[in-house]
Order: sequence, then structure tokens, then C-alpha cells
Amino acid sequence: MAATQVVRSEWTKIRSVASTVWTLSLAVVVTIALGMLISALSNNEFDNMSERDRLSFDPTFISFAGMSLGQLALIVFGVLVVSNEYSTGMIRTSLAAVPRRGTFLASKIAVATGLALVVGLATSFVTFFLGQAMLGDHRAEIGDPGVLRAVIGGGLYMTLIAMFSMGVAAMLRSPMLSLGILMPFFFLVSNILGNVSATEKIGRYLPDQAGSRIMQVVTPIDDDKPYGPWGGLGIMVLWVIAALLGGYLTLKKRDA
Amino acid sequence: MSRFSVGGMIELEGLTKRYGEKVAVNNLTFTVRPGIVTGFLGPNGAGKSTTMRMILGLDHPTAGQVRIDGKRYDQLKDPLTYIGALLEAKAWHGGRSAFNHLLCLAQSNGIATRRVREVLETVGLTAVAKKKTKGFSMGMGQRLGIAGALLGDPRILMFDEPVNGLDPEGIHWIRNLMKSLAAQGRTVFVSSHLMSEMALTADHLVVIGQGRLLADTSMADFIERNSRSYVRIRTPQRELLLDVLHTTGITAVEAGDEALEVDGSKAEQIGELAARHGVVLHELSPQQASLEEAFMQLTAESVEYHAHADALPSEQQELRRQQQQWGSEWRRS
Repeated sequence: MAATQVVRSEWTKIRSVASTVWTLSLAVVVTIALGMLISALSNNEFDNMSERDRLSFDPTFISFAGMSLGQLALIVFGVLVVSNEYSTGMIRTSLAAVPRRGTFLASKIAVATGLALVVGLATSFVTFFLGQAMLGDHRAEIGDPGVLRAVIGGGLYMTLIAMFSMGVAAMLRSPMLSLGILMPFFFLVSNILGNVSATEKIGRYLPDQAGSRIMQVVTPIDDDKPYGPWGGLGIMVLWVIAALLGGYLTLKKRDA
Repeated sequence: MSRFSVGGMIELEGLTKRYGEKVAVNNLTFTVRPGIVTGFLGPNGAGKSTTMRMILGLDHPTAGQVRIDGKRYDQLKDPLTYIGALLEAKAWHGGRSAFNHLLCLAQSNGIATRRVREVLETVGLTAVAKKKTKGFSMGMGQRLGIAGALLGDPRILMFDEPVNGLDPEGIHWIRNLMKSLAAQGRTVFVSSHLMSEMALTADHLVVIGQGRLLADTSMADFIERNSRSYVRIRTPQRELLLDVLHTTGITAVEAGDEALEVDGSKAEQIGELAARHGVVLHELSPQQASLEEAFMQLTAESVEYHAHADALPSEQQELRRQQQQWGSEWRRS
């Protein structure tokens, strides 16, 4: 069985269910709309900011503010792509057709990742330009040092969040359980751990905290993170590899 | 004339599946052959579905192995072209259309899109091909599952309880389909918990109970061994008839309600004897024990969830005891 056959099959699967369209559209709309709103608010607030805050002012990063919510839709996308197989019983049909479970999972993740990358990069660029338009005089230009890296990084960040969710879903096999853990974790727990001083040193190694460093262009004054933009993204990649490996081992070992 | 000269064998060897302490499938060894319908019979919970899932490589055996034409399932290139299976009623995404469901299966095994339309036509779902499958009735669902099984034009077809939830027309259709597939030289392996269903479709019978093999026999053999025929007689001249039968060497037993029973198909002989000796008969009827009874007797001991024995009237308990003894005498494995 050629892997290209399985990839084509997975593409048919992903394009033929409604959840693909609505999760990805939601991610795009929420990220862009919230990014524009916060950019506009920041533009108005700039004159009231302290000197210190003005020095840390990062127009690029501000335009990506919508990603904190938009990523939740990508988590749903990643979770559903994998766990729908289990919740619908499709997994038995799928594995009877493609008994090599490594090929099956790799093809599924490759297709979903490719789609998330295209949507993520497009969203990132649109969010950046529309956000900068809202920022008026305080805007950054795509040619400024580090900005292009941050914008491409935004797309990569969204893709990696989706991949991490796919790995977790492959381990847990239930959409409710996967979402019940991932949504509160990325929406609340990670933020709390990253902002409370007692847990800050651990929190910054969490996938989203480390990965979002790639979208920062201006380093905050009091920043003492031991990694740079690519280092942070590297940490996130390690999390993704661990989740996917766990998902693969679960699929390999367990009965369908 | 068989379409397939070689292949189409499913071989199970010592196949065992344990869930913790519970043994679901216990050391099953048998072979499913091409050209006939092989019935896989057992009470609910006997391990039929687990066995079928292990044949497809979905569940990992605790011990033993399955070979499809000598290969492990995951060694088959494009497995849908070797073996097509109908599993539980619903094993697909309800939000996907029937066409797209079959299309993704076809693509994964390098099967042409044209074939998707063919099988939809075969099972009669062309009109609803673009509809989401969650709106399908049970019968339409079974048809979609069968379309998936036929997709790769495989030599082996495996159906798990295919008539479940079907209307009479659907049941008729699927019986004929299985017979015609076998007549084309294909291997057809079909599970059921109903002996009556098997008697109508299967040429060969594999019976399991509590995961153990109880019988592996041709249908004709099974019927011959198990359908006890006897003659039921009622007469007002009971003593006279018993004497007449006795002198001829025929043994009659009392069957309650004043009737007598004689083993075998001797109705003509008894009628002639009675006429010759002027015995009045009120009833002389050949009888046959049903296959369903034979199946229940065979599996009586291994039925997992039967009513608690203490709760049964003593007469039924006695009956069950007899059945169990009878069954164990009979059994071969």
C-alpha cells in the first residue's frame, strides 16, 4: 500500500466533513477580529501608557492577540480530525483498509498539518496587516527586523498547536476527554502557571508559552526567558513530537 | 466454474483473546474455505465479533494467529482487495456522504472511483449517495457496510450478523447475495446467533460457545446428526399396539398426553402393522426436532447469560440437565 494512496484517502476524509470547515473558519475569524480589536484599543491607549510599557510596546505581537482565542478553534480542529475516528466507529473501517497503523496515523497527521499550515500562515499574515492598520502611527512594517520571522512564526505556532492536539487526541481517543483537558489547559492553566511568579519558571516551558515567543519582536525589559524565538519554538516542537509519539504508541498497542 | 483458482482461505490457529481474567476467545483453530458459505454460529457473547476483529487485525490476539492466504492481515497489500468485511452496523462518520465514505476507502486501497458508483448501484444506494449517512435507516446502513465490503472485489467476504435490523426484503436480498458470492467461488464467512438463519444460507458450520470451538462440520452433517425424527402415535387400543410393536422389534416410549413416540421415520411401517392387526389409530404423525433445539442443546453448557437454575421449575431443570448431558456426549472439538 503506497503512502500516497493513504494521503489521498485522508484528504477525502478531511474535506468531506463539516467540522473541518467550521473549526478552521472560526480560527481565522476569531484570530483576525480579536487581533484587530485589541490593536485598535492599544492604539488608543498608547498615550496613557507608562514609559516602561511604551519601551516594551510590540505592535507585531499585539496584532496576534487574537490567537489566544483562535488557537482554541485549532485545538478543536486537531482533536476532531483524530478522535472522530473513534467516536464514530470509523476507526475500525479505516484500520481494516489501512492496517499499517503508522502509515495511517502519519498520513492523517500530514494532511491535517498541511491544511493547518496553509490556514495558519494565511491567518497570520492577514492578522498582521489588518492589526497594523489599526495601530496607526505605532505600527510595525513587515520589513522591520524580526517582523517577518514573527509573522511566519505565528502561522507555525497555530500549526503546532493543532499537531499537539492531534497527538493528545490519539492518546486519549475521546473527543470530550481531549477537549476537556486541552481547552482549559491552554485557555487558563497555562496562562496562570506562566504568570504566577511561583510557577513562572516551569510555566514558560509549556508548549504555548514557549512557542509564542516566536511572535514577539520587542523583548520585554524584564524578560529573563532562557530561550530566544527559535529556541522557544523548538521547545514547542519537542512537546509536539512527544504527543505524537504517545499517540502513535497508543494506536499501535491498543485494540481498535 | 470458479472465478478464483487459488486463494481465499482464512486460517485460524490457536487463536486466543483474553481480557484480564476473562477469556473471550479460547484456542480457536479452524479454516474457512472458498466456494461455500461458512456460518459462524454461537450465542450472543460467544466471541464471534472478537474473532472477526482479530481476523482483520483490529484486535491483537493474546495467543495464536490468523492467516489470510498464508499472510498476516497487515502484510496484505491493499487488503480490501483480499477481504471485505461488514462489521457492526455503524462503522463510519455520520457527517460524511455515502459516496465520500466509500471514496476514501477506495482511494486508500488504490481502487478506481468508478468502482464506488458500481457498488452503490449493487446495494441500491445510488439515489442517496450524496446524502449524509447519519440520516440512514438501519437497513440502508447495512447496505452501505456491504458496499464497503464489496468495494475491492475481494475473494473473501466476512459479514458480522448481516441480517440484524433488516426488513424481510433486505434479509432475502442478503441471503441471495451471500449465496451468489459463494457460487462465484468466493469465500463467505458469516456470523449469526440464529440457527434458523444459518440453516437457510450456510453450507458449512463453525459453532462456538464461550470462545471455544464446539463444532466444525458441514451443514448436511449437522442436520443429519441433530434433527431427531420420530413418529407420534395416539390410539385407544394402547396395550394391543404396544404388543404388536414389541413383537416386530419396535420400541415405543410413552410421551405423556396418552401419546406414544417411536424413534426414526417408521410411519408407513407402523400404519401397515396397525391395519394388519386391526388397531385403531387416532394419530400417526412423523415429527422432526428443530435445528434450533439442536443448537441450543449444543451450546446449553456454554451459554454465558442464562437464567439462574434455581429459579426454574424442577421439570425444566431436569430437561436442562438432560440436554447438557446430551450435548456433551455429542460434542467434538
